[in-house]
Amino acid sequence: MASLPASERQPGAGPASGGAGSRSRTRSAYLPTLPFFGYVALFLILPTLIVAVGAFQTADGLPTLDVMTTVLTGSTFHRAFTRSIELSLVSAILGAVFGGLLAWAVASGGPGGRLRQFAVAGSSVLAQFGGVMLAFAFLATFGLRGFATLILRDTTGIDLTRDSSWVYGMTGLIVVYTYFQIPLMVIVFLPALDGLRREWREASTSLGGSAWSYWRHVGGPILAPSFLGAALLLFANAFSAYATAAALVSQGSPIVPLQIREALTSEVILGQANVGKALALGMIIVVAVVMTLYALVQRRASRWLR
Amino acid sequence: MSLTPAVPTLEGRSGVAVQFQGLHRYYGAVHALDGLDLDIAPGELVALLGPSGCGKTTALRALAGLDTPDAGRIVVDGRDITDVPANKRDMGMVFQAYSLFPNMTARDNVAYGLRLRGMDSQTRSRRADEMLDLVGLAKQGGRYSYQLSGGQQQRVALARALAIQPKVLLLDEPLSALDAKVRRVLRDEIRRIQIAVGTTTLFVTHDQEEALALGDRVGVMSNGRLEQIAAPMELYDRPRTPFVAEFVGLTNRIAGTASDGTVDVLGTRIPLLEGSTRSGKVSALVRPEAMRLAREDGAPARVIAISFLGSVCRAQVRLPDGNLVVAQMAAADATGLTPGAAVHVDVRPSPVFAVAD
Amino acid sequence: MSRRRRLPGSLARWAVIVLVGGYLILPLVSMLEFSTRGDLGTRSLDAWVAIGGDPNLVEAIITTLAIAALTVVGMLALLVPTMTWTYLRVPKLKRPVEFLCLLPLAIPAVVLVVGIVPIYSILTRATRGSPLVLVFIDIILVLPYAHRAIDAGLKSIDVITLAEAARSLGAGWPRVILQIIVPNLRGALLSASVIAVALVLGEFTISSLLNYDTLQVVINLLGKRDSYLSVAVSLAALLFAFVLIYGIAVVAGGKRRPVEESIEEGVA
Repeated sequence: MASLPASERQPGAGPASGGAGSRSRTRSAYLPTLPFFGYVALFLILPTLIVAVGAFQTADGLPTLDVMTTVLTGSTFHRAFTRSIELSLVSAILGAVFGGLLAWAVASGGPGGRLRQFAVAGSSVLAQFGGVMLAFAFLATFGLRGFATLILRDTTGIDLTRDSSWVYGMTGLIVVYTYFQIPLMVIVFLPALDGLRREWREASTSLGGSAWSYWRHVGGPILAPSFLGAALLLFANAFSAYATAAALVSQGSPIVPLQIREALTSEVILGQANVGKALALGMIIVVAVVMTLYALVQRRASRWLR
Repeated sequence: MSLTPAVPTLEGRSGVAVQFQGLHRYYGAVHALDGLDLDIAPGELVALLGPSGCGKTTALRALAGLDTPDAGRIVVDGRDITDVPANKRDMGMVFQAYSLFPNMTARDNVAYGLRLRGMDSQTRSRRADEMLDLVGLAKQGGRYSYQLSGGQQQRVALARALAIQPKVLLLDEPLSALDAKVRRVLRDEIRRIQIAVGTTTLFVTHDQEEALALGDRVGVMSNGRLEQIAAPMELYDRPRTPFVAEFVGLTNRIAGTASDGTVDVLGTRIPLLEGSTRSGKVSALVRPEAMRLAREDGAPARVIAISFLGSVCRAQVRLPDGNLVVAQMAAADATGLTPGAAVHVDVRPSPVFAVAD
Repeated sequence: MSRRRRLPGSLARWAVIVLVGGYLILPLVSMLEFSTRGDLGTRSLDAWVAIGGDPNLVEAIITTLAIAALTVVGMLALLVPTMTWTYLRVPKLKRPVEFLCLLPLAIPAVVLVVGIVPIYSILTRATRGSPLVLVFIDIILVLPYAHRAIDAGLKSIDVITLAEAARSLGAGWPRVILQIIVPNLRGALLSASVIAVALVLGEFTISSLLNYDTLQVVINLLGKRDSYLSVAVSLAALLFAFVLIYGIAVVAGGKRRPVEESIEEGVA
């Protein structure tokens, strides 16, 4: 237990180093990483800066607070932010609870094993790479002629199509967002569940504890930070999501990402030139705050689950 | 067939008696426990020794209730507890590693079992501190497991197991994950504490030095069966099966001819232990300390290498038939021996085990 | 005589798997049912067969696969030398590299698009409107996942010791990286590549807002015109991505176990 893990060791100086000129050799050692930093600077940092700066510029490039003020106080934008946050919050909580349960069920089978691999692979696909396709899956299920709609109508008489636009509104978004939040929760939360050592459960049992006392005193408290962290991640994920909403909602822009779509695709109106950038900056701020909280919570979690 | 010699009665120690009766456990096709019979006297420390997969941990977990045997009975203090759930068995268990609850301080860990039994907060804390004092960690009560060294963690684990005053103490290779030096210190402490508290204890290990040093009796297991259970010295001097003879202690295999209850090894006739092959060409299992490097008697041989181990010296010696053996002697008697030296080797006439070639 | 007690926990476990898993599988089943509807309640594979018949769709599939391939190459070329180098020679850069690779998670794609429009208008003119220009930004989107896979791989093979051993035997740095490190990273690199392919196949936000016709964009357009076809091809794409990712997990899952030491120690 005294030696450092291999990944933490410093590399040896090597058989031919040290002595005069080693400082210039050390400085030049950073060179091979330049392509990476340059690439990321150009295609990630620069666009972000363009957004951050542009949010405070007029159409002619002059500094102004007008754009940001419009975005933060305008009623449409205000409502869009509120709805985005509501949508993200609800889908994150539902996804965290049900996804957490599913993750527990999968983790109980131990690492490896076919159910686990199947669940992880399936979750990866549904969580990250689904977007548009999940929108169609949703319509195929709950749409006017959807599978579930028809079955429900034939068997129980419940007609989901009475208020036929629910699918394309906020309720629909919540249902479909929860759908991809659950697999994401499975992916993010599984490692934490794996970190629960078998010995803890067995020690609790041999000391006289029931399943309830274990979860109440040991398992629950240990998992709480990771659970919270995962929920935060789910929130950020829902808030940033675009594809599913874009595919489902073709009229109106109830949430912020769709507002950005409108800003980019509609005709540029005088004075509204950088609205998209301002909205984008707003999104960055929200997501950055959430991700910082996530990083803080993770640090606490990893201390216990080492 | 396992042998159950008379169970010793230990003076002055409390605790309860434990019996395994005909335990069987299968994992698929693997026969992890093959009819295990074992009696542990009240207050006794029995060490179960054996290679990986021999069933020793399975036996321990069966006693703890963490594993259910497929056949057989477990009796504790006269009661058949085979069907009693694990959390009602009132046993204290120390695991190999990682068993402290990371979200609790050492004190809270130790107090956990007491909390489950409804003890109030003040009494629990006091009791926990007493136990921590017993294991030498009186001042570390407020630390978390990641702030404690491996040895300290295992002490806390021991305190936690003893806090509930269990009927039986179960130790599953508690020292295997520790550094050698810590291991030795902690080993003696565990023994001291166990004798002071007097709880019947089952200690599982794959390290024979540990088993022989700790146990009132040591049980050697192989393939789910108990090969032999005896006091350490008897196990060492009088093994009853080939497996025990080779597993415990170092052995040299030296060719010899057996007949009539004795075996001729390197010119000396020595008595055979019970269970040996009695006639024909055999390999005698000779301990290094029974090898003598006399200058005149015995077979001619050549010293290949010498290892100085403090109080003893070990010499690797090549016999005339090409066989390489290890001889051990007091360091003082090894003066003058150098690699390449020509010597004569013979064997002390203490009884040996012999197996067929 | 067998006495086997079934843990109560496993009943709850399977109940959860069936209920929640069922909720997840339901839309997939719906897609299958929907896309195989024929006239008057019959089953038909017409929608599936039509996948190959729509020229826009086929072209989009080919284009997207090409983008995926280039993204994989670009991602590997960018990350593998850089990350290996930080492990071996400039460990101080490990954290900055990790931070930058995780940054795309904090910057939503829809935000990235807004900022990248001016950069892309230059690139588009240079490449004459080819969709392949999406490769540049897809590489960025892939960074978090690819970094995690490659990082896990580098950690697991103890790069430093391997490199030290190779160097002490006389190998130069390029040889160390290409002949020693990379072959040992095969699993991680394969994993990262598969994730990259899946991500590109599923990418919609940037392609649609920049007006390129990738697979997802075309599927979305199809949805308005022919719902059966769009559902069929969506399901096909999902299944394809699943087979890829599951296949990798199964292949990589055959981890080698350490060989057990035989016990030779004796008592002094």
